Amino acid sequence: MTTSVDDMPQMKKFREWFENRHEYAKKWKEKTGGRVVGYYCTYVPEEILYAAGILPVRVLGSHEPESITRPYLHDMYCPFCHDTLAQGLQGRYDYLDGVTLAQSCLHMRQSYFSFADRVPNIEWSYYLPFPHGVNNPHAGDFAKHEFEKFKESVEEWTGASISDSDLDRAIEVYNKSRELLTKVFELRKAENPPITGLHAMLIVVSSQVVDKEEHNEVLESFLEDVAEVEPDREVGTRLMLIGSEDYDIELFELIEYGMSYPATFVFEENCTGSRYFWGLVENGGDRLKAIAERYVYRVPCPAKDWARGDFFGRRRFQFIENVIREWNVDAVIIAQMKFCDPHELDIPSLRDMLDRMGVRHLHLELDLTQPVGQFRTRVEAMIEAMGEEDLFI
Amino acid sequence: MGVRVRPFECWDDFKRYRMEYYRNYLEAKENGSIRWAGSAWAFDPVPAGLGEDVYPLTGEPYGATAAFFRDFSMRALETIERKGAARDLCGYMRNYWGSVAMDRYLLADGAEIEPFPKPDFNFTIHICCTHAKWYHYAAELEGGVPTYAVDISVGPGYLLNDKKIEYVVRQLEDAIQWMEKVTGREYDDELLIRAVENEARSMTLWSKICKLNQNTPAPMEEKSMFSFYVMTLLRRSDEKVVKLYEKLYKEVESRVKRGIGALTQEQFRFVTDNPPPWPFLKVYRYLEENYGAVSVGSIYTFGLGAAWLGMDEKGENWIWEPAPTPEEAGYEIHDRRSALWWTAMFNLKYRASWQHEYSHWIRKQETYQMVKDWKADAIIMHLNRGCELWNMSTLEVRDYLVRNGISVATYEGNMADPREFDEARTFNVIDSFMQSLGIEKLT
Repeated sequence: MTTSVDDMPQMKKFREWFENRHEYAKKWKEKTGGRVVGYYCTYVPEEILYAAGILPVRVLGSHEPESITRPYLHDMYCPFCHDTLAQGLQGRYDYLDGVTLAQSCLHMRQSYFSFADRVPNIEWSYYLPFPHGVNNPHAGDFAKHEFEKFKESVEEWTGASISDSDLDRAIEVYNKSRELLTKVFELRKAENPPITGLHAMLIVVSSQVVDKEEHNEVLESFLEDVAEVEPDREVGTRLMLIGSEDYDIELFELIEYGMSYPATFVFEENCTGSRYFWGLVENGGDRLKAIAERYVYRVPCPAKDWARGDFFGRRRFQFIENVIREWNVDAVIIAQMKFCDPHELDIPSLRDMLDRMGVRHLHLELDLTQPVGQFRTRVEAMIEAMGEEDLFI
Repeated sequence: MGVRVRPFECWDDFKRYRMEYYRNYLEAKENGSIRWAGSAWAFDPVPAGLGEDVYPLTGEPYGATAAFFRDFSMRALETIERKGAARDLCGYMRNYWGSVAMDRYLLADGAEIEPFPKPDFNFTIHICCTHAKWYHYAAELEGGVPTYAVDISVGPGYLLNDKKIEYVVRQLEDAIQWMEKVTGREYDDELLIRAVENEARSMTLWSKICKLNQNTPAPMEEKSMFSFYVMTLLRRSDEKVVKLYEKLYKEVESRVKRGIGALTQEQFRFVTDNPPPWPFLKVYRYLEENYGAVSVGSIYTFGLGAAWLGMDEKGENWIWEPAPTPEEAGYEIHDRRSALWWTAMFNLKYRASWQHEYSHWIRKQETYQMVKDWKADAIIMHLNRGCELWNMSTLEVRDYLVRNGISVATYEGNMADPREFDEARTFNVIDSFMQSLGIEKLT
């Protein structure tokens, strides 16, 4: 029996895929002769690309300091958009044939346009207008219309039509991935979760950069085997991560493995975590409508979650509230990408909600690189503060 | 030889309207009237159908007014920051939120009133990351004001189609039903139709006025334009605003005919891009007094409230020509749906500031063509930390203009946060830029 999740071959594979994602994509191209398209935001309907035989890979940064994007992006734009553009400008995405963005925040939008214009190998780029108002009843129709145009553009570019059966196959593969990833997150409800937030991040983000069918196979086998693994660490404080995209290994290692107090992430509410895969495509005939509805009604990104007349609340907040209860969360780390307006716009209300729930929370501002020492002190201080009542027992 | 100059005859009319606007909103409830708050980009003809006594408060101009009164702004900003708002969020919004959180309302002359007058409802649009969420949180601060935001992010006007317009129209139809519910009033389609027609007339008139500034000497300088353009953002569907613009149009036309300029000595023409640093408008006076430099307009003052043809159908060239009114387009507005369809189409297609978020290319063409059409010698760009939307593409535009032989200066600042502007440094930038172009200081 394997004694550690880290020693499981599947986990090693997830990490390898994550760390060597560019090499994976290049090899995939060599092997299949297919095209690779980078996508900037998780609202891109990957199923349509996948149905066309394209490998969709998420455009990610490297968490390395850079200075080459300053002529194109304002300093006040978020580190993620700078980092991703920097990767393109440095030639690390030289294998991409295309790039696309489903309308999300302005920062990514600007980064995407600069990427599409300035990365030389890009032969197809598509800005996909996707509804911002996902809480209005007309958003699904509108998204479907835009997905039709997106599909047409992909077909025109590849010179091949995408059939219903192609879409069915893609929906099946993607839904399976979502179901498996949901199971991974369900595991973490346990009193003694077998995996950490770092493992979960590696699993989710690797699924964003490799062929889903291949990823599904490994993930399915991982789920079978992980049941046999005896957790080898103290869980400590059960943390939930809420925020922007976060795929920085150093941050997870710091909080889960590098502190004086044990702590474990039991849930990540971000687009490198649950927001990416939550919610299935309910395929019932009209494929594009079904895909559109899944993307519109998934747990929304804060860029898209706002009041609309009869609906006053934020759907994301309702989701967070449920997770805190069901996953028995002790405290929340709000990890927000510096300058990320959508998150910043939610944070005062989010903190109010957490206060009302009596859930301790800490706000960390993420940058290209993280101030590890400072973060350690702050997270440890929060955990210490949570235990202060013990003094009086 | 110097240029003849004279004050604008309609100046006081514009100032008076603005004073009344803020006071009307304040006093609305005393008369049983309705007040609503929202973005200056909201579809303001839509609430107009609730009656002739409906008074809006548009957030961006309010935020700019607050910024102008620096002491008020500092208190507002610090109040809202203490509640957890990040400093890099929209400057207008933080002034607005801070004003609500302080429970103090600012009139156009700087007078402070307590408490902040709570709207009956918030009605806004969403195109950047901020607008809907601005009013979502404002509503929370106000204890739960009903709020409705229309998603308008359907892409640029030249790619508009019926489906995209329909998406917005359906949301507006829902909004009317919602407004009836939250106000208890019956909606009047005739008032809506009139408001939609007025909106188009106001916006098109402002475009025509802007076009007149292509003349030399320029009949207007941008600091004065700030007082004129804002009517399109306060209440453009108001008949009184149409009348103000008709009056201004005649006056500017007459100034052109008589050779009356904005400056006694116009030796340098430039355009700008972003909202200006409102607490530091003296930048414009510095340029005028020291260099005879006149700002003949900007993507902001022209693009925000005017209606232009914009990108051609192929998406290749930007056309700075006024958009047609319904009458000029031969479009008959006869009922609610046709009115909503027109206002949706008109704004989505012809509102310049709703175009350039969708690609660098649009804004590059828009800016390049403005420099050419208004015969500008240069562009002075404000790298504005106060608005991520208006700052979008600015550095790409800068790169493009420089490559195309246009002189560009940049300075960093914030439209609505007085703490983020370095006056001495900005003047240094201006001096260096002018020196590099060989423009002598006036003696």
